[in-house]
Amino acid sequence: MTDTIFLKDRTAIVGIGETAFGKAMAQSEEQLACMAIKAALDDAGISPSEVDGLCSLNMENVFQHDIARDLGMKEVTYYAQMPAGGHGGCGTVGHAAMAIATGQANVVVGWRSRKRSGRASRVWAQLEQRIQGSRDTWLRPWGIIRPVDEVGVMYTRYMHEFGATRDHLANVALAFRSHANRNSNAFMYAKPMSREDYFAARWVSEPLCLFDCCLETDGAIAFVVTSSERARDCRTRPVYIHAAAQGFDGGSAILANYFTADPMRSQAATCAKSLWRQSDFRASDIKVAQFYDAFTPEVFFTLEGYGFCGRGEGAAFTEDGGIALGGRLPVNTGGGSLSEVYLHGFNMISEGVKQMRGSSTGQVDNADCCFVSSSDLGPTSAVVLRN
Amino acid sequence: MTAIPLPYGDDPDTKGFWDATRDKRLVVQRCKACSHCQFPPHPFCAQCAHDETEWVEAAGRGQVWSFGIAHGPTLPGFQNLVPYPMIVVELEERPHIRMVGSLVAAPDASINSVPASAIRIGLPVDITFTAVSDDITLPRWMPRASESLKP
Repeated sequence: MTDTIFLKDRTAIVGIGETAFGKAMAQSEEQLACMAIKAALDDAGISPSEVDGLCSLNMENVFQHDIARDLGMKEVTYYAQMPAGGHGGCGTVGHAAMAIATGQANVVVGWRSRKRSGRASRVWAQLEQRIQGSRDTWLRPWGIIRPVDEVGVMYTRYMHEFGATRDHLANVALAFRSHANRNSNAFMYAKPMSREDYFAARWVSEPLCLFDCCLETDGAIAFVVTSSERARDCRTRPVYIHAAAQGFDGGSAILANYFTADPMRSQAATCAKSLWRQSDFRASDIKVAQFYDAFTPEVFFTLEGYGFCGRGEGAAFTEDGGIALGGRLPVNTGGGSLSEVYLHGFNMISEGVKQMRGSSTGQVDNADCCFVSSSDLGPTSAVVLRN
Repeated sequence: MTAIPLPYGDDPDTKGFWDATRDKRLVVQRCKACSHCQFPPHPFCAQCAHDETEWVEAAGRGQVWSFGIAHGPTLPGFQNLVPYPMIVVELEERPHIRMVGSLVAAPDASINSVPASAIRIGLPVDITFTAVSDDITLPRWMPRASESLKP
């Protein structure tokens, strides 16, 4: 296929924008989205009127029409929404890259804006008396209601099969909190956490406690993608989209993946095959990574699925500071969903860009690329960024 | 009036399952072409993509494949029952088939009637049925009689 267009390094993230993160913020989700997008465009030195592509998640409540009208965009020629919420964050980056590489658009913006108080923010709480959809039908009547219930049951089995413990979960929570303690925009910046604090926390859904769950926060994050050629004229150092992939396994289910032949196979494995096929970097070359961490066990599945370690070895990988700064693979160097902000993984994207610019509060020296992934328990996505 | 979320009993893809549970029978789908059995039910055979399946009865014996204990806050219909166990059961005669369930001490007992300390992966369980509305009867699971006597 001589006319296949490969994405490798053809496009770059040239701007990122973040609002403050907090609870009960005064602004609307629409206002927060506009603030983040405008900040990202200012970062790049690109006018909103030049934006002709818009990518978001299906859980986004600020729609492309709102954004284009609010910010004065003119002619929009590419727009897409990724399915499955937090599984699709990196998919928005990949679609932006594809749109530009194939000539569908010249400047693409991706964003996520969320208020916990927003009426649509907690999907599980809006369940109607009668369930629609085949997934929920086989979970909800028996009391598996929240995402944390679905993941908790998965982790009990994981512990049984691989000898993992709650101490391994604590390793994840503590590493990301220590990173947040260096990041003044992180929601948990001023709140250190000890192992004793972790084990004193209340249960949410055994075996998961409060600190195994992501924050519930307000805020917005946006990024701007354009061609690598154009990127060299932007204000910031280009961060190239080196590889981008999506993937899921037939028969799998989102989060509550109980029904496949091998539920302990990380669903990221399929996405990983596509990603590493495109990438000049291997898993063993990665010096810093940003993983989706709505719940601590997801980090183990991601480590295994992308080949940072073998099957069942994800928990042990976190021992001895393995995923903390200074460890063998620092992960979520800004604090992650657990301790920086929960925006369906868009802070993984912006933190990846900061690492490649050398401006992270948890900067990893000599990092020439950064791995970024979205939630692996479902139809997932990932990118490799490089500088 | 139930406060827990229930499915529609008349969905074309799943009606056969709920018709059977009202008769206190557990069924799974079997492909009419290749005999592959599957659960949860769906319109085509996942093994050979044939479009005709039939319902076959399962024995209703299994073991706990995994479990968790839900604490609040959760939906109002479950909030007064926390903490309660959630289980995934693997069928004895078809180990590749798993289904989500509730663990109860007796056929009409509440879903919080078995203490967490009595639950383990591998625990043998037998099916029971609880009518929760006019049209929906839920399969639930009880620790097998020989097991429930253990401390």
